[in-house]
Amino acid sequence: MHPELHEHGPDEVPHTHPDPGVDPHTPLHPGPRALRIGIGGPVGSGKTALVAALCRALGAELRLAVVTNDIYTTEDADFLLRNGVLPADRIRAVETGCCPHTAIRDDISANLDAVEDLEATLGPLDLVLVESGGDNLTATFSKGLIDQQIFVVDVAGGDKVPRKGGPGVTTADLLVINKTDLAPLVGADLSVMDRDARARRGELPTVFLSLVGDKAATPVADWIRALVAARVPAA
Amino acid sequence: MRAGARIVAEADGRGGTRLAVLRGESPLLLRRTGPRTGGDVTVHLVGGAAGPLRGDDLRLDLEAGPGARLTVRSVAAQLALPGRPGAPASRLEIRAVVAAGATVRWLPEPLIAAAGCDHRAVTRVEVEAGGAVLWRDDLVCGRHDEPSGDVHTDLIIRYAGSTLHRHELAVGPRAPGWSGAAVLGGARAVGSLVLAGPDLPEAALLGGDAALMTLAGPGMLATAVGQDIRQVRAALDPLCVERQRLPAPA
Amino acid sequence: MSLATLLVLADGRLPSGGHAHSGGLEAAVAAGRVREVRDVGGFLRGRLQTTGFVSAAFAASACARTGAFMDLDRGLDARTPSPALRRASRAQGRALVRAGRAMWALPDVGREPHHPVALGVLAAAAGLGPLEAAVAAAHGAVSGPASAAVRLLGLDPYAVHSLLAGLAPEIDRIAADAAARADDPVDALPAAGAPLLDIGAELHATWEVRLFAS
Ligand SMILES: Nc1nc2c(ncn2[C@@H]2O[C@H](COP(=O)(O)OP(=O)(O)OP(=O)(O)O)[C@@H](O)[C@H]2O)c(=O)[nH]1
Ligand SMILES: [Mg+2]
Repeated sequence: MHPELHEHGPDEVPHTHPDPGVDPHTPLHPGPRALRIGIGGPVGSGKTALVAALCRALGAELRLAVVTNDIYTTEDADFLLRNGVLPADRIRAVETGCCPHTAIRDDISANLDAVEDLEATLGPLDLVLVESGGDNLTATFSKGLIDQQIFVVDVAGGDKVPRKGGPGVTTADLLVINKTDLAPLVGADLSVMDRDARARRGELPTVFLSLVGDKAATPVADWIRALVAARVPAA
Repeated sequence: MRAGARIVAEADGRGGTRLAVLRGESPLLLRRTGPRTGGDVTVHLVGGAAGPLRGDDLRLDLEAGPGARLTVRSVAAQLALPGRPGAPASRLEIRAVVAAGATVRWLPEPLIAAAGCDHRAVTRVEVEAGGAVLWRDDLVCGRHDEPSGDVHTDLIIRYAGSTLHRHELAVGPRAPGWSGAAVLGGARAVGSLVLAGPDLPEAALLGGDAALMTLAGPGMLATAVGQDIRQVRAALDPLCVERQRLPAPA
Repeated sequence: MSLATLLVLADGRLPSGGHAHSGGLEAAVAAGRVREVRDVGGFLRGRLQTTGFVSAAFAASACARTGAFMDLDRGLDARTPSPALRRASRAQGRALVRAGRAMWALPDVGREPHHPVALGVLAAAAGLGPLEAAVAAAHGAVSGPASAAVRLLGLDPYAVHSLLAGLAPEIDRIAADAAARADDPVDALPAAGAPLLDIGAELHATWEVRLFAS
């Protein structure tokens, strides 16, 4: 609520509003804050595997950190730790009280605290990846939390997922169709998925991926590189 | 009945402690017990009558001067009883002042809340910087097979001029929800032990429903909840013993 | 005083991190103490009389004297022996301040105040009084765990909400009591403790797998 947007009635109780010029989410550090990318998608579609691949691919060139939102607290964070893709101080796990989508969409405070704490303890970062707990096709990130979001689906459930749509498939900034190596095994037709995704998403990009074949998640890593480059003016 | 008792312990200048004041009256009768050697003085509350009863107003003052070491115990449980109907709640107020370098250990037998009792225990402990206390309070909610009476305990432990621990606990028919799963969960016994001062142990889970927790200030609280007092003792007694074996500060 | 503003502040959908906290219910469920609606009722009543009363008193007090927030914050430290509960309270306080800053102009309340202190300061900034702050605190002390009970145990949500409706008169009484003591010295403010909430929180903090932050 901003002062210029509303009028005070004469009988209204005295109260105050924040200065509209001050962003309540001001970063603790001066200078640009990290690019925040949300990674969502159904259970088991390969979100954590993608995060691990991105850490391996981008860890040397970008200052990055990860926030996980798991149904069971630390499962995803533990996987990343075990696989040694990132040191422990660069990973935060957020508890979600049975509702991962609440923590990434309706009440993002614990995630914002985690991102801020990472930036406060590690210093300026280029990229923070926020992994959602596996949820349903309607779970998307709040724009108050992230700048861009990736939605990861897999082919293992058949080729109908893009056709079903839902906010994740339809509106994500990047749709990743993962586990293409399994397509022949489950009889999924990638060209059907491609066509349906285009129909749902218009100009928004979609990439096919097999993390078994491409351990660096090349198309996704490139997409992120381009975002980071576009954001930080080359010095 | 109104009664008061007072203990003042002072360092005797030879590494020991002497009792400058030891004064009690029924039901707060005091006896010096234990060996006369060693740095520590032990006093037992020997109890004059069953009680407290409604209408009783009792007060105990403890004071440990710089370097003194005082342990206070009781020979038997305190049994809070109903007494005259309509009389005001019984009350036991304990005040302790612990100087720098002094140690006070309060290790009484439990308070038992007999059915129909109405009792209030108020404790105020003031510890100077560099002093130490070990403050134990056990409560049993009702005698065997009887419902608990009303007991309200109210404890403040201050250390070096700031409040370290502030706790109240109400049990009995006038305390809604006290036996619910958030407070005592149907358990009949609860004990607490506050450790304040230097040389604190590590935080730990003590098994069962018991934990030793690090307070925000220079102290720890061990709390134990049990079906009976034995479970509480099993969790808290070892902490009292270990503390006892600590060498006297140089 | 604006009733609608109070509803905004007390709304469970206020994005202030509450959804991830069970108020000790997850630990009580794991300990086998809470299985059915009746047990939830006993849990909520005990929580209201202890944590709820203390929170209400500190929220009322912080609302009445926002400048004393540091003393009140220390007062809550002294009443919260469990480090896990101190962390949970401060995490929720921080989240509430974040939400509050977007809605009203808050005076300084520190970066991570205890939740009741944050609530009282927000209430004051929103033009509410100590009684409203206390109602919001006492209500929040039971509505959070009630919703966690529905999620954790799959209980009938109507039955659980009827517990909350049944507690409403008690919430009002406790809030009135708390508000009447808003100007008391910090040491004299309520300190009703709940041993099993403390012990349960410490156990809960050691679990490898848990759904709620506290
Ligand atoms: N065959 C194949 N398996 C994959 C691929 N990507 C991930 N997996 C496997 O799929 C399983 C689930 O992957 P995760 O990365 O844990 O999935 P997730 O989306 O993070 O799962 P939740 O966090 O539980 O929702 C793991 O066994 C991965 O090894 C892929 O491209 N091909
Ligand atoms: Mg995962």
